[in-house]
Amino acid sequence: MNRPSPTPRNSAALWALLTCTAALLTAGCSKSGPGVSVKPAVIQNIGSDTMVNLAQAWAEAYQVIAPDVSVEVSGGGSGLGIAALMNGTADIANSSRHIEPSEEARIVERTGVKPREFLVGFDALSIFVHRDNPITEISMEELHDIYAEGSALDRWSQLGVTNIPNARTDRIIRVSRQNNSGTYHYFRDIVCGKKTDFKLGSLDMNGSKDVVELVSRTPGAIGYSGLGYKTPNVKMIPVSPRKGARAILPSIATTLDKSYPIARPMFMYTPTAPPPHVQRFLDWVLSPAGKKIVEETGYIPMPPPQAQQ
Amino acid sequence: MSVPPASPARLTRSALALWGERAVELLIRLSGVSAVLFVFGIFLFVFLEGAPLITDLDWGKVIFSPDWYPTSRENVRYGVGAMIIGTLSVTVLAMVIAVPFGLGAAFFVSEFCSGTLRETLKVVIELLAAIPSIVWGFIGLSVVNHMIQRFLPAPVGLNLLNAALLLALMSVPIIVSIGEDALKAVPDSYREAALALGATRWQIAWRVLLPAARNGLLAAVLLGVGRAIGETMAVLMATGHAVNIPTSLFDPIRTLTATIAAELGETAVGSPHYRMLFLIGLMLFTITFAVNLLADLAVRGVRRE
Repeated sequence: MNRPSPTPRNSAALWALLTCTAALLTAGCSKSGPGVSVKPAVIQNIGSDTMVNLAQAWAEAYQVIAPDVSVEVSGGGSGLGIAALMNGTADIANSSRHIEPSEEARIVERTGVKPREFLVGFDALSIFVHRDNPITEISMEELHDIYAEGSALDRWSQLGVTNIPNARTDRIIRVSRQNNSGTYHYFRDIVCGKKTDFKLGSLDMNGSKDVVELVSRTPGAIGYSGLGYKTPNVKMIPVSPRKGARAILPSIATTLDKSYPIARPMFMYTPTAPPPHVQRFLDWVLSPAGKKIVEETGYIPMPPPQAQQ
Repeated sequence: MSVPPASPARLTRSALALWGERAVELLIRLSGVSAVLFVFGIFLFVFLEGAPLITDLDWGKVIFSPDWYPTSRENVRYGVGAMIIGTLSVTVLAMVIAVPFGLGAAFFVSEFCSGTLRETLKVVIELLAAIPSIVWGFIGLSVVNHMIQRFLPAPVGLNLLNAALLLALMSVPIIVSIGEDALKAVPDSYREAALALGATRWQIAWRVLLPAARNGLLAAVLLGVGRAIGETMAVLMATGHAVNIPTSLFDPIRTLTATIAAELGETAVGSPHYRMLFLIGLMLFTITFAVNLLADLAVRGVRRE
């Protein structure tokens, strides 16, 4: 290959260009240096997607009460939140399941302190179907047979449901969650059993809201998601703990008296001794004002006596 | 370009100009080499993250079994068979839709229209290429999902057909612009000769240009294929993301790319699941590399002719 050698004029132009660029760059840099206002204390709150709506509502309400503290909420899953606590990137980890012993050991190993657990409320996993689906109730056994690997229940007619408008199929379209979400693990353990996996072929959504959204658009679908995600376009069906037993709709009362079979606690984890501004936030979360928000966002608050641990 | 008259300045260049020129030359050389470095660096990174797991796997099962249970409590299985079939089926279907439209558009833009229409078409097609994939995914999730449910006998709107339609729309602009370049590269003497023999425009396109630009058009299609295989966000949102071997156009599927996108964020760094996702990345890397290599060889074929 032949490269024409540049004439002096060309290289001079090039130099001019380069110096101009450099000048522009430095000007741009020096401008953005100062001028950033004093930041309020930030609480990083990372974790469960199930709890993200609730945590967001808390953060917004707390902003009004304590303007000097900013709570930054992000989801990603319970596991991600606990991992963030481990790395020190989160002040509070939201988790819709108990911390696992291995995770606790890793946190102790990394940070030297044990994580502290705060029970902040309950989440009832509701079973959703399309609003036109005539089904009236479902049992835990039937849910097992629909979702668990190796079970043959895969048609609505097997449940006695035959005339779903616009379904176009008798097949039960299972909607599930991605395989590392806390909701997925909880539902698998409680519905399929700890030693059984999900049946393959379910539509695995990446968020609690997406499950409800897809079920609301798909007449032949069934899905599970948090009670707080219910919309007018889906139908929540009562679940009976055993076939033949009374079917129970998820609600605050049925969760607290443990009659609804698919409900789980929601936790916040912090280091053993959280900094004062984090502690104050947690105290507020567990106060009646915080609990009111739990109820408003569709979750189940702690009953008064056990609220303070 | 007019050659400036030789002047004394040309012989006595300042040291600054001389070194400046060398520095700039080095900079340009570095940016050329950097592409190679990055490709190897990325390949090495992906390989090293996945490598510890390679020997622990039963590869027959990994490739052919559909059982994808990376987070099972009792029985962890890493079968990606269903996802390989998912990726291939959605790519093939997308190409079945995109190739006729893409090549047709390339012929139309290059041979059958001129002036404002041609310029407008080119601009609009390039705009189509500029739509981010997450926006396509959103369209799939809301618009296409709804339309498939409404007008086709599909039980669920997020399925193979939905994703293939999106991928087709995403690869058409690539096929059109590269296909058009390939057609432009055919010397005008071919067209003139054909015209002189009394060929119609259609005969020129079909019998002269198509064979002459064959390799370039093939390269256009293969680059479209590469785009379709590597696409992630749109297919994650539109396929239904179900580990399922499709038996009809309306079955939900899952692709290799979408699996990585959905799961990598929450796996513990260094865990077997994490390494397996990198191995899936390695598989994708191999597939797209092979496709791009084929495309490159096809283009080279054009040049040699």
